[in-house]
Amino acid sequence: MKELVIISGKGGTGKTSVAASFAALAENAVVADCDVDAADLHLVLEPQVLDRHDFSGGFNATVRTVQCSGCGTCLQLCRFGAVNLDRGRAQIDPIACEGCGVCSHFCPEEAIDFSPSINGQWFLSTTCHGPMVHARLGIAQENSGKLVSLIRKQAKQIAANEDRNLIIIDGSPGIGCPVIASLTGADQLLAVTEPTMSGRHDLKRVADLAAHFGSPLAVCINKWDLNPDLTRLIEDDARQRKLPVVGRIRYDRAVTDAQIHRRTVVEHTPSGAATDIKKLWQAISTLLSAPQTPKNHP
Amino acid sequence: MNQHVAIASGKGGTGKTTIAANLAFLWARLGRQVLYVDCDVEAPNGHIFLHPKIEQRLPATTTVPQIAKDLCGLCGRCGSFCHYNALLCLPDQVLTFPELCHGCGGCIRLCPHQAISEVPREIGRIEMGTAGSVNFASGLLNIGEAMSPPLIRSLKNSLIESDLTIIDAPPGTSCPVIESIRHCDYTLLVTEPTPFGLNDLQLAVEMLRALDQPFGVVINRAGLDDRPLLDYCLKEQLPILAQLPDDRRVAEAYSRGELVCSVLTDFQQLFAALLAAVDMVLQQKKANLTTGRAS
Repeated sequence: MKELVIISGKGGTGKTSVAASFAALAENAVVADCDVDAADLHLVLEPQVLDRHDFSGGFNATVRTVQCSGCGTCLQLCRFGAVNLDRGRAQIDPIACEGCGVCSHFCPEEAIDFSPSINGQWFLSTTCHGPMVHARLGIAQENSGKLVSLIRKQAKQIAANEDRNLIIIDGSPGIGCPVIASLTGADQLLAVTEPTMSGRHDLKRVADLAAHFGSPLAVCINKWDLNPDLTRLIEDDARQRKLPVVGRIRYDRAVTDAQIHRRTVVEHTPSGAATDIKKLWQAISTLLSAPQTPKNHP
Repeated sequence: MNQHVAIASGKGGTGKTTIAANLAFLWARLGRQVLYVDCDVEAPNGHIFLHPKIEQRLPATTTVPQIAKDLCGLCGRCGSFCHYNALLCLPDQVLTFPELCHGCGGCIRLCPHQAISEVPREIGRIEMGTAGSVNFASGLLNIGEAMSPPLIRSLKNSLIESDLTIIDAPPGTSCPVIESIRHCDYTLLVTEPTPFGLNDLQLAVEMLRALDQPFGVVINRAGLDDRPLLDYCLKEQLPILAQLPDDRRVAEAYSRGELVCSVLTDFQQLFAALLAAVDMVLQQKKANLTTGRAS
């Protein structure tokens, strides 16, 4: 079983459009949306939810007002500015609270409850291209990394149970917590970038991240013809780092159009960007089926 | 009076940086004292468009526990207290995982042997400088660091006072965004008329409502499939402050790292109108505060 994770460094480069098309092109894959912060894959793959679960990744502190003496210990100890004193009683701002438990532990009146919080929901679903695991992190909730790990675990479980040989993961933008949770230990990463100065800058950061965790990374350029010179520069950057450049996708209104019609690009149109994505898929499949995936090191 | 305007969006790539950088540029040109702050510390891009001269680089640190082995009684209390699994108590030693630590200080307080102290750990850096008449500040998270909120916090704490501070927020609706936009006077939510754009705008709107902060919407790449987005804004009574048309020239200018306002005059007018709209909201807020104080 292989795990392919699509990442980008920068947001809005087309990760989800590529992931959805891959889901349509792959046979026998499990799909997972690990961009829990702004999950969009369900808008294209329209999953039918079979099973939903609450996700509890952290803790919440709440003050039992009757017992609170207003001594201010919690206010003094909280390093996240989450405590206010209101009319002589402590109050905890759930948005600022990081769930560390200091206030509860050190409250002399034992007036602060500390209990697991519900941070979101995750779903096991079916789509016309196979099973899908996805989630919704609650608004202003933390622990996206934990939720991502849970989604990956579930996807692996399904792949094992149903004897599916590929997991396609739509990752999140950036290089922080959810991305790290998405990519550690994956068999192959694919960075979707675009030929912009920002895209080039952010690709470097995400390539450093992949190298840091020793995960093999391949690169493709979306909307490449928007700036062919920069496309070449980015591809040169990639080659210098010994990263395989596996494809170019042209700037094509059909991509947005497919999204608007809630279809994958490859199903929506036979030509243009769809042709490019099919070629990209071929190249990635070859990489994935290679006996030993080359690892890039820092 | 120092006012803070945040530029945020549920989804990445909708044009936050374009809008934040162009507004900073135009406001400064009108003679306002402007500070642009790039809080997208995982993928900061503002410098690409504003070309700041960096005058100061500071390490950004967070504090993490350090165990004095000779004092540690191996009682295991720190490990069982830590909710982030940053301390692991083994029979013969305590291991620390600094990258998991949120720096709450709980372990230090409860250690009966005073064996834990706090040491700084670098998680990234803060850069400050000037881009023409715009003051510039930005944070850069070190590779492999999971948590950006402490860096954003430290970036916001090191800012100089300014007449107007523009916060370029990271994408999404979780901790890094909230850390960036908390306590801002006004937030512009940038979206685009696609199903992804609408879905992510809805999440961002829920976030702003949970924070109980005023905000307005800017539609970028307008003209694609606007009806569902406009219907949503109407239904939710969200003020639309600007609609910037979908235009390949903008994408191309962006790709070259150019400020749209300095190369496309028609867009300069659109941005000037947006600026005027935001200015009006800010003036109103200021006026309300003054009358509030007077009464």
